[in-house]
Amino acid sequence: MSRAALLVLADGRFPAGGHAHSGGAEAAVGAGRVTGAASLEDFCRGRLHTAGLVSASLAAAAALGTDPVELDAAADARTPSPALRTAARRLGRQLTRAARAAWPSAELDALRRAFPKGAHQPVVLGVTARAAGLGPADAAYCAVYESVSGPATATVRLLGLDPFEATGVLARLAPEMDEVAGAAVCAAERAAGEGTDVLPADSAPLLEISAQAHAGWHMRLFAT
Amino acid sequence: MNTAGVRAGARVVARADGRGGTCLPVLEGDGPLALRRTRGSGTGARVLLVGAMSGPLGGDRLTMRAEVGTGARLGVGSAAATLALPGRHTDDARYDVRLTVAPGGELHWLPEQLISVRGSSLLATTHADLARGARLVLREEQVLGRSGEPPGRLITRLTVRIAGRPVLDQQLTCGPGTRGGWDGPAVLGGHRAVGQLVVVRPEFDDEPVTARALGEGAAVLPLPGPAALVTAVAPDALRLRRLLDGAAHLLAPAPG
Repeated sequence: MSRAALLVLADGRFPAGGHAHSGGAEAAVGAGRVTGAASLEDFCRGRLHTAGLVSASLAAAAALGTDPVELDAAADARTPSPALRTAARRLGRQLTRAARAAWPSAELDALRRAFPKGAHQPVVLGVTARAAGLGPADAAYCAVYESVSGPATATVRLLGLDPFEATGVLARLAPEMDEVAGAAVCAAERAAGEGTDVLPADSAPLLEISAQAHAGWHMRLFAT
Repeated sequence: MNTAGVRAGARVVARADGRGGTCLPVLEGDGPLALRRTRGSGTGARVLLVGAMSGPLGGDRLTMRAEVGTGARLGVGSAAATLALPGRHTDDARYDVRLTVAPGGELHWLPEQLISVRGSSLLATTHADLARGARLVLREEQVLGRSGEPPGRLITRLTVRIAGRPVLDQQLTCGPGTRGGWDGPAVLGGHRAVGQLVVVRPEFDDEPVTARALGEGAAVLPLPGPAALVTAVAPDALRLRRLLDGAAHLLAPAPG
């Protein structure tokens, strides 16, 4: 594996469109549920153990070579909000484009043909990791980190939160990110033998409910 | 002393009786799970789950099965809320519900709330397997603690498949000692009642449900298939039921 390839893929400036998404933080700020560093940390922790774990497991399973079509169906069932399904596919399509330029591979070409409108982003992330010579743990770490870095960065813009404080939130969550990435890889390995039903399905009701309300906002900074 | 907890099951099978009605060739239950046929309205059969004792307690393992055949209509309710209680066993309690509906069959699965009592630990799973052309109205409500009480540990997983394809798979993990952030601003945000209403109707293939927010605490979410989920959070069980009942009228005719 190449450690440098992991940095390229995990870089916030990797041109895959992630910067346009707040991971539900914009809706939570709008509803007054996130007001500063402490509530941001609690928000990120909840997201990490739900959407973060689910994404990381899907990404790790795809990186292990599990059928992306089956994983995409599993992702659909774990994403009841149509606004979030649409966003996940759009992000998946953007990542496919960037990944094919960075690490050309037959598997990425096949994925694009199978999902012209985009597969769920974590599935693409896992296939991209394979193309880049990375493993399931790398894919899981990328997904886990994205699940909290997006909301933290967005909150700096949304609330004018001190960027040092936002980075402190991410640093304090690091041990829990390690745990979640580890759990995701275990689940992905189990799914390789037992099928995708055993992948985690942890949900966050407020993220799903507020994503639908947020999709109807006329003025917003972020797509989700 | 009973060291293994209670293992109990209940099962109901509904079949079309060939005269436009529904018969129940199997209606059985033991331990804390007892089933009673009640007066139905229209052509459907109605069954009430009657708690014969309190539970599930720690270490108990309860399984409930309902099977609806082609053209049969079944409504299942419960006489009272289910209380997850601490037991003398340290093991988690488990409550598994397995539902199957054949083409042209219809199931209304509308039990009362599941209340997670302080000190309890329960894993509750519901799997609904539907054939293409089957109908379902399913409601689940989780209440975290009795009034003014902190909840126990509660994990619920709800899986719905249509013709083998998963259309909904979601787990809720909450209570002290579970993973972090469960009561934070991304997950429950201090709400003490959370619920799901799933409606599956073949008509949704031609007239898809429109996604919409129902205030700050609920949303109607069309699923990838002829199905929709209403997901809701509320401060208490009463307000949760009001939200879900309101949403049910938007999605399905009144249960028969």
